Amino acid sequence: METETAKDERTGAGGGEAPDFLEFRGVSKRFGAVRAVENVSLEIRKGEIFSVLGPSGCGKTTMLRLAAGFERPDAGRVRLDGRDITDLPPEKRRLNTIFQSYALFPHMTVRDNIAYGLRAAKRPKAEVEAEVERMLHLIRMTDQAGKKPDLLSGGQKQRVAIARALINKPDVLLLDEPLAALDLKLRQRMLVELDLIHDEVGLTFLYVTHDQGEAMSLSDRIAVMEAGRIEQVGTPAEIYEAPRTSFVAAFIGDTNFLEGEVADAADGEHSRLRVEDFPPVVCYNDKTLGPGNSVFLSIRPEKVHISRDRPEPATLRNVFPARVEDVIYLGAMTRYWVRAGDLRIQVLRQHARYFLDEKPIRWKDDVWIWWHADDGFMLERYREKDESLIAPPPADLGEDAGGGAPDEDGGR
Amino acid sequence: MTAATRRPPREGLLTAPSFVWLTVLFALPTILVFAIALRNPDPDGGIGAGWTAANLGRLAGPGTAGILWRTLWISAATSLICTALAVPVGYVLARVGPRWRVRLLMLVVVPFWTSFLIRVFAWKDILHPEGPVKRLLAALGLAGPQTSLLYSAGAVVLVSVYAYLPFMILPIYAAAEKFDFRLMEAARDLGARRWRAFRTVFLPGIRRGLWTGLLFVLIPSLGSYIIPDIVGGPSNELLGNKIAQRVFVDRNLPQAGALSVVLMLAVIAPLAAALILERRKRRPGGLFR
Repeated sequence: METETAKDERTGAGGGEAPDFLEFRGVSKRFGAVRAVENVSLEIRKGEIFSVLGPSGCGKTTMLRLAAGFERPDAGRVRLDGRDITDLPPEKRRLNTIFQSYALFPHMTVRDNIAYGLRAAKRPKAEVEAEVERMLHLIRMTDQAGKKPDLLSGGQKQRVAIARALINKPDVLLLDEPLAALDLKLRQRMLVELDLIHDEVGLTFLYVTHDQGEAMSLSDRIAVMEAGRIEQVGTPAEIYEAPRTSFVAAFIGDTNFLEGEVADAADGEHSRLRVEDFPPVVCYNDKTLGPGNSVFLSIRPEKVHISRDRPEPATLRNVFPARVEDVIYLGAMTRYWVRAGDLRIQVLRQHARYFLDEKPIRWKDDVWIWWHADDGFMLERYREKDESLIAPPPADLGEDAGGGAPDEDGGR
Repeated sequence: MTAATRRPPREGLLTAPSFVWLTVLFALPTILVFAIALRNPDPDGGIGAGWTAANLGRLAGPGTAGILWRTLWISAATSLICTALAVPVGYVLARVGPRWRVRLLMLVVVPFWTSFLIRVFAWKDILHPEGPVKRLLAALGLAGPQTSLLYSAGAVVLVSVYAYLPFMILPIYAAAEKFDFRLMEAARDLGARRWRAFRTVFLPGIRRGLWTGLLFVLIPSLGSYIIPDIVGGPSNELLGNKIAQRVFVDRNLPQAGALSVVLMLAVIAPLAAALILERRKRRPGGLFR
């Protein structure tokens, strides 16, 4: 099977280097007054796991439904392997979907659910039976084949949904938040399993999720979506380390935002920023923003160092005195909220030897924080909407206020 | 050792109301009908003394078989036509927005506000030889001067379908309204065309509504006597008409009871068949494959 699929892929790819396989070209879709998707262009390469990541209502599910054929775009085209599929009904598209609710047919057994696609294609009975057995084996559910879906656990349902979609040997597997209904442990196991299945069958995944953890750990590339538009497309590391917009910076992981204005150039690649109620900050300036530009500076909490002792001064090192306002012990890490100048800054520190640390940092301690100029990112303030996204954390000393940071697993 | 002996005594109290209800309002009347069927007739129209099987024996003739057969096929045709009409209606009702749903449901329910008898009589005018339908058909050359729309088995089926259709639509709508239409998308996604998805996913999905509707239509059609009396004419009498004649004309209650027993068995037979089928659907594959 694997070799067969691999061969199919090579012939299908036409010899090119991972060419664009599933393409959205200027696709727009609105529902009444709501613009679900606005002029989106995306290219998904053959064999990759591509995630569309965004908060609920950002249009990511609409993208998937446009690919599956449940919705027709108002404008733009959808292409699969060079063929325009925009006007094809779902049953004519070589894409299969794993639905968020799994959508298993409740009146059919596991076996009949899996066989559905092949039966719809009117394949010979012997072939259907052989393929279903193979799939049951792949998802390790041969002994559950006679059960109805409501007798299955969440993870089992999930696996049946996967088998049911894979048996049609689709060109692209569309996954609509497939893990959202599972608990944390199971979700982690299914993530590994999805990855294994991807390696095994070698097809293209289009994965839609609001969970950045899933997207980061599974994807080859991620498109971050917001309000019907693509904010950034890149590898998980690119998205995390070099967010292009303040939305991406805030949505992926935690970050500290400093509001400032470019003052002058520190050297060729770095600028000095004037930040309100804060000493000047040196920051890498890849956007060659000139003085007077108003910017956000994003600095990830784990890039900020914290210590009781004043660090050695160094070039391109931003050092500030601060006072600890909150200490949140997270197990593997400790999160500190410190006040530096008039700002609250979040610091994440991994502790190697918690009990052996001679003097652990505690509430109301005076400390030093510092980060390298290259770890900060300047983001243009180009949308008013950004303001609400990055509202500063509450100034009071609330227990684990957290500031509603987007990755606080709020959805779990 | 059995579950019954270990059952807590409180359960008996909890089920007592439904037990009393079923006994008084269902079991006792049924036993009474069976008992009356086995009594001698009383010349004054009451129930005579002594037991006899003569009432049932008198039904053995070919006349009863013919009427029973007509009753069964007219009821079956009515039920099937109602199903065929109600499934698309139920589907649409479940799919339209709430505003349209209320309006369309009103259209289904509003006719009930007029007396059943008046509505059936209205059909007599519609189907009358001088009525609008006949004239229209004649003008189109589809009906000759001798063709009679009224007083035919077709008229009985037509008016029965009209009268019982809401009883089919409402349970099917109730089932369709709970149906998860994402399953239809899943079927399409897996390569099923519209009709296949409808047949293999939607119909099994609303099967409880289908069975309920089927029983709601089949049972009253089997006992119906007003519709065949008004639009069927003497040559299209059903069992219900015979029972009514025994009661109101002959004043022979035991004979009416015997006919009722025949009718009851005719109702119970399809019901039992339906229950067996419903149980068998639990086999892999479902009912509609």
